Amino acid sequence: MITIKELSDDNLFTAGHTACPGCGVAMSIRNAIRVLGKDTAVYVPASCAVVFGTTFPYGAWKVPFFHTAFENTGACLTGMQAAFEKKGKKVTVVGFAGDGGTYDIGLQSMSGAAERNEDIIYICLDNEAYMNTGIQRSGGTPFGAWTTTTPVGSNIQGNQRFKKNLGDIVVAHEIPYYATLSIGHPLDFIRKVEKAKNMKGFRFLHMFTPCIPGWKMDPAKTVEVTKRAVESGMWTLYEVENGEKKVTYKPGKMKSVKDYLNMQGRFRHMSDEDINKLQMWVCRKWNLHYHEKGAPDICEVAPPVEHHAITEEHREMHGP
Amino acid sequence: MKKVITGDHAVAIGAKLCRVDVVPAYPITPQTLIIEHIADFVNDGELDTKFLTMESEHSVMSAAAAASAAGARVFTATSSQGLAFMHEMLYATAPLRLPVVMANASRTLGGPPGIWCEYNDSMGARDSGWLQLYVEDNQEALDMIIQSFRIAEDKRVLLPVMPCLDGFVLTHTVEPVEIPTQEEVDSFLGPYEPDIILDPARPAMIGTFMPAEYIMELRRQTVAAFDSAKDVIREVNSEFSKKFGRDYGGLVDTYRMDDAKVALITMGTVTSTSREVVDDLRQKGEKVGIIKLRFFRPFPSEDLRKLVSNLDALGVFDRSISYHGGGPVYNEVRSALFGMKMPVINHFAGLGGRDVTEDQIFKMFELTSRAAKGEKVKEVNWHNTRGETV
Repeated sequence: MITIKELSDDNLFTAGHTACPGCGVAMSIRNAIRVLGKDTAVYVPASCAVVFGTTFPYGAWKVPFFHTAFENTGACLTGMQAAFEKKGKKVTVVGFAGDGGTYDIGLQSMSGAAERNEDIIYICLDNEAYMNTGIQRSGGTPFGAWTTTTPVGSNIQGNQRFKKNLGDIVVAHEIPYYATLSIGHPLDFIRKVEKAKNMKGFRFLHMFTPCIPGWKMDPAKTVEVTKRAVESGMWTLYEVENGEKKVTYKPGKMKSVKDYLNMQGRFRHMSDEDINKLQMWVCRKWNLHYHEKGAPDICEVAPPVEHHAITEEHREMHGP
Repeated sequence: MKKVITGDHAVAIGAKLCRVDVVPAYPITPQTLIIEHIADFVNDGELDTKFLTMESEHSVMSAAAAASAAGARVFTATSSQGLAFMHEMLYATAPLRLPVVMANASRTLGGPPGIWCEYNDSMGARDSGWLQLYVEDNQEALDMIIQSFRIAEDKRVLLPVMPCLDGFVLTHTVEPVEIPTQEEVDSFLGPYEPDIILDPARPAMIGTFMPAEYIMELRRQTVAAFDSAKDVIREVNSEFSKKFGRDYGGLVDTYRMDDAKVALITMGTVTSTSREVVDDLRQKGEKVGIIKLRFFRPFPSEDLRKLVSNLDALGVFDRSISYHGGGPVYNEVRSALFGMKMPVINHFAGLGGRDVTEDQIFKMFELTSRAAKGEKVKEVNWHNTRGETV
């Protein structure tokens, strides 16, 4: 396994791009491409990464880069890989799509590529909303979060739905590798990218990428926020290799979701009732994930531990 | 070797002879036979290609563009709703100068839904930057797949090409077709060797974000490529005719136009029926002829102006409508002939796949001839349509 010291710095995604200071997407791309190396070709669908990394006549990529549209990452990677294979070239074909481009508009294309087990790496940079268009809610937006399409109104405050369980959807395609990553956990991050690189078939890397303006947070705290997301259970670090799930990092003790929410303006308006609702969702997720009951001082209700079947409690939280 | 085959089969054989590297595919009537035949070629070991069973037409054109950008020769086929579904990606392929060839089985684009021949599917894509051509028979369908790759991949062009064949009338109808040998096609169409592709050995960024300061020049370059395409189409046609003995005329073809005073502009299979009508009328002493519009993009304005210069009147057949009144071909022709004094009469027929019979074509010539004599004739005429008197 590569160590941080050994990690080459070929500047394959160069400095001088125009991402916001502290951008989780830029940090994730830069570190991923350092592991992936120069024999890589990337596709980036419509997203901030196209704007801040490729606005003509400047370009931050020193590996082949392709972009056409928003909803077609899986398909474009399929086409690139087919061409390279036909021409006998060994190239790691990698997509960097956002949560909107993966959870929502690009889900079909991603699913097609996963089902066909294309020999590609699909990276989802999850900043939990459509940030490039100015912070609109996506299927990846967490409960309670303010976005411009889930505003804090006098009747309704913030996003009313819980974050879509994309991981289970991806894993249901019975692919070789799915992993969640966080730039707050660099060793785990490098290991998973390297592992994906050395495998064959459809590999999905799900990266948690804070967005400074979208989350209304301090640009110096990107790493800290991802750490707190993991400590609270809002983001969990694991991998599923050929159907076998393995937790790759487990926090010692579950921290209150409040610690995570307090660092971000997008949750500032949340009522105690809503925070509690989110906390219960996290508790259940935690239990399902780590196969244990949540820390009782945080989780007031013992949640079900068996499976994702729709329970009365689930209905109450999610609606019918 | 001659084979009695459907238009779809001819297209598939054409693609095979071009040794296509990648074929992303998705089924849609009446194109499906094309991809089925290609799947057979691949699974029978007759064709070494990456055959990708995509999950939608949007993904088909996405994969096609990406594979082309990565240096592959790419072929696919679609029709109607499928073409509409991939519309967004048509606009990506052309300005990125990716020479994909895609056959379109012309079919009515709903609603209301239908599966028969109409040109409203491809006409909606006329401004996407694709070269577009319409074939008359299965032989031309096969030959034009081969020519399309030559035209598309020419360094002066580098644009995608869409050969269109009439749904069912050609796609599902058998005709004798001369199949060129692999050696003949290999010597006519060399391998695809693009200059700029996605290659880690020589990294390039394709499809970067383009601010207003640069995009107008890019648009103008694409227009210049369209202009060059006219010469390339003529060159490829003449080289093809020398090699294979079949001359299609280039951007347009003509029938008995030498001393014609009245002519009809036709497209696709209606041309064949019109040839019969012209022969009949010629026997009766009428000086009539046909201009077969083969390429709709680039539009052959100069050729048309020359061809019609001695006419007394011109009829224009349209198999789709632009809802403000005239057909898309009519509007283009009127624009191309601006300043020329002769009457130009629009004839709608065959929409939604309704048969275009000899009677209707006789009527088209009759109306156009009356206009030639100075009689007042309606500018837009609907043939064989209930509630309409022509």
